[in-house]
Amino acid sequence: MMKLVHFELNGQIVEVNQGLSIMDAARQHGVKIPSLCHHPDQRVKANCRVCVVEVEGQRNLVSSCSTPVTEGMKVRTNSPRIRETVQTILELIFANHPQECLTCVRNGNCELRHLAADYGIREVKGEMTCANAPLDISTPSLVRNPNKCIKCGRCAEVCHHVQQTGILYSHYRSVDVSVEPEYGKSLAEVACVLCGQCASVCPVGAIHERDDIKKVWAALDDPEKHVVVQVAPAVRVSIAEEFGSAPGTIATGKLVAALRKLGFDRVFDTDFSADVTIMEEGHELLHRIKTGGVLPMITSCSPGWIKYIEHNFPDQLPHLSTAKSPQQMFGALAKTYYAKRAGIQAENMYVVSIMPCTAKKFECQRPEMKDSGFQDVDAVLTTRELGRILKQAGVDFSVLSEEEFDAPMGISTGAAAIFGATGGVMEAALRTVYEVVTGKELPNIEFTPVRGMEGIKEAEIDLSGTKVKVAAAHGLGNAKQVMELIKAGQADYTFVEIMACPGGCIGGGGQPYGTTNAVRKQRIEALYEVDKKLPLRKSHENPAVETLYREFLGEPLGNISHQMLHTKYKNRGIYKLKG
Amino acid sequence: MLTALHHNNDSVFRLSLFQEFPTLMHYQSFGGYEALKQALTGNPVNIIETLAAAGLRGRGGAAFPTGLKMQMVRNNAEPVRYVICNADEGEPGTFKDRFIMSHIPFQLLEGMTLAAYAVGARKGYIYIRHEYPEVQDTMRRSIAAASAAGLLGKNILGQEFSFEVEIFSGAGSYLCGEETALLSSMEGKKGRPRLKPPYPTQYGLWGKPTLINNVETLANISMIISRGASWYRSLGTSDSPGTKLISLSGDVARRGLYEVPFGTTFREMIEEYGGGMKEGGSIKAVNIGGASGVVVPPWELDCTLEYQSCQERGITIGSGAVFVMNESRSILANVHNRVEFFLHESCGKCTPCREGLRQAGRIIHRLIAGEAELSEVDNLERYTRAMQNAAFCGLGQAAGNSLISSLRYFRQEYEEACLDSTQRFERREVTA
Repeated sequence: MMKLVHFELNGQIVEVNQGLSIMDAARQHGVKIPSLCHHPDQRVKANCRVCVVEVEGQRNLVSSCSTPVTEGMKVRTNSPRIRETVQTILELIFANHPQECLTCVRNGNCELRHLAADYGIREVKGEMTCANAPLDISTPSLVRNPNKCIKCGRCAEVCHHVQQTGILYSHYRSVDVSVEPEYGKSLAEVACVLCGQCASVCPVGAIHERDDIKKVWAALDDPEKHVVVQVAPAVRVSIAEEFGSAPGTIATGKLVAALRKLGFDRVFDTDFSADVTIMEEGHELLHRIKTGGVLPMITSCSPGWIKYIEHNFPDQLPHLSTAKSPQQMFGALAKTYYAKRAGIQAENMYVVSIMPCTAKKFECQRPEMKDSGFQDVDAVLTTRELGRILKQAGVDFSVLSEEEFDAPMGISTGAAAIFGATGGVMEAALRTVYEVVTGKELPNIEFTPVRGMEGIKEAEIDLSGTKVKVAAAHGLGNAKQVMELIKAGQADYTFVEIMACPGGCIGGGGQPYGTTNAVRKQRIEALYEVDKKLPLRKSHENPAVETLYREFLGEPLGNISHQMLHTKYKNRGIYKLKG
Repeated sequence: MLTALHHNNDSVFRLSLFQEFPTLMHYQSFGGYEALKQALTGNPVNIIETLAAAGLRGRGGAAFPTGLKMQMVRNNAEPVRYVICNADEGEPGTFKDRFIMSHIPFQLLEGMTLAAYAVGARKGYIYIRHEYPEVQDTMRRSIAAASAAGLLGKNILGQEFSFEVEIFSGAGSYLCGEETALLSSMEGKKGRPRLKPPYPTQYGLWGKPTLINNVETLANISMIISRGASWYRSLGTSDSPGTKLISLSGDVARRGLYEVPFGTTFREMIEEYGGGMKEGGSIKAVNIGGASGVVVPPWELDCTLEYQSCQERGITIGSGAVFVMNESRSILANVHNRVEFFLHESCGKCTPCREGLRQAGRIIHRLIAGEAELSEVDNLERYTRAMQNAAFCGLGQAAGNSLISSLRYFRQEYEEACLDSTQRFERREVTA
């Protein structure tokens, strides 16, 4: 049992679990202490100092994020001294922060701006000292604005300790401190995987997704264009957060209605192509097992993960499934199969993806992704951008009635829905692989050992006497561990799922702000709820997919599949040398 | 300018005269290594008890009781422990550690060895600032000499105890004198302070319990062990036993390094040790404790050098730097210099230190240029308070000491620097 401690909070004796920080203890008792550098899923940094409180017996104020509560401690969170200090620190931050709130991408959801409002900052008395450094717009995914950085270190922390990519870190000292890639390089010049976790934890507008809303408006406004949209599984359980709903709210029907209101000619679903992915990837796995191919086979849905392995483990690329990600399968099929069926010229088609992911913006621009003869996916909007474009269009999400996706590329199964959660692709694949191999119906289709937020999950499945060991890892730090094992020949897995972002796509870098592990869990639960409620829960039972194979592709791993749905990877190396 | 230590029976340093190259033989002729011989045959705890009884406190600035710190390291269950001598003497106006290492290096080594025996460490490091290459050299030669004589290394003095010492060079950062930043820099990390707790005594170098002490503290140990706690307590006062090295500089007649018993007033230091003011000037202000210390007017100088009385009057003894200013000195120029120093040395980790110093620097710059308004003095004070109250580490908290104290005692000088708009207009007219 947890030991309890008692301490005095603003004159009242309260009881909390031992080991809690003053900040967390106070929040449990209805006292919200301001914070900027603090993030519930990160190590304590105590950089920003806006969370300072008075502790009796201490000469200076202490940071409440880093100070554990002890028995008998006397804490004040509100006094003239604290108010003056916090207001002064906020003022100091503002004096070094561009006063561009009205035109900032974070207008409305900036943590610094909320604090300014709460603390009644009406004037910045100091001299404005913000720099006018150029923005890093070197990648299709992210924009880094060093001028807005408040040096809280949250991005560097997620980059180092969660993703372990080590791209962003703190350089120089004193007023020269900056959080950026090595040697002043741009994100495109380093091994950044564009997962966007930095953007997801940034409290201000210092790093954010590249905004592609204008591109999408241009397509929608063009009467010549037939604009279709696909929505990733993770978006349906997070978009409602952009309109004030609780994390984990399922909003599939409203999402479809909203997209129709925006003017898309067809509202399709990435879940359809996720089912196709299972057909291709599942058969690829079976083929590798039968023919003695490279094992373990590793999933290839997550473009951040793909870029990561291309940079960091290029000698392990043969382990990757050659199957494209659902987004790219969709794009290739939309401009071929669908275009033909609908009698539309592919050049007149425009494919938009709504993704929880910033790396998808990079993926769609990869030169490999033009198998339809055109760029297969034209534009990617993150969940956050979707929230913004809907607001621009005046779509009142709360009063929309639910609508259905269009056929055929909007028809999907529960197996596809769970792609958005860590372990989901694995589970979806096993549902199909089991039945293909054994010819028997799966007794229990829920593979719970691969579910949940544990970093690396392992399971074993019996395929007609053959025991197959599988693993699912999420977050690149965990992926790295698995890859080290595979590289050392110490992994006895047959099939491995890797997702770049913690929690899988529902925790993607393009998801609504406020994504924490607690929120990730809620979104994951919602996806399993979506799966449970669908009549069909195995990809190979998707009738639209059956039709696709019958009318167009022939068979999984067949010629057309090979041409449209599979791809190649490249060695990107760690360092890009100049010259 | 030569520095001179007081040498008599009341000194804690084994030194008679200056030597170009201090030798082990010379040190031993003054009773050097007698303490170690004596201690190594006894219980290590005796050393800790003697130092606690003597009331020795850290001489680096924080004045933490040395015996208690050693006890904390000794009590740790982890068997691998380290002793680190903090010789990153970076406080402006301080030159005591340099003197000790240059002239009585063996007293430091003997003190470190005693400390290592007391806490059960087998490895020690002397973290010497990069700007002291000749000191690093002396210490390396001294380590070699002590090792050759069986006073360092395996089985010291034929006993079971083994202890090695290595020199580690700093890389120029003032902040790395802060003990946790020092540890980070030794581990190859960015020289930024760490969260405390855990303290280095629990989680120090490479995560092992570590005793970190200043050069002067460690150099005090051998004499205390030789002559006993009551002898040591006969020096100084009951609140602050022993002596303190004072780096006296500025407009005094005899600048230098003095060993001063606790209980001496600051005025006595200037008048008696320093021989009064140079060229008959009068004292305008005295900066005590280095750049991170306070600026006080002459009437505060009757305060005695004692931890308690100094604390009561807001005076920071710090590393023992005393910089005396005569009437011709500008307080603003002095404070400007200090703020610029801290602005250069801040690690930039926390907001109050990084941004507070940036704003403070701008305001002082405007004050000196005659462009500041009166309200900015209040802002300056507020930024400084935020630094003192909320900075992450001691550097940021102390960076405002000279600002706050000079605003308390010499506010007029700040206000005089602020012209109202009419005056400024007139002044422009005149210069045009």
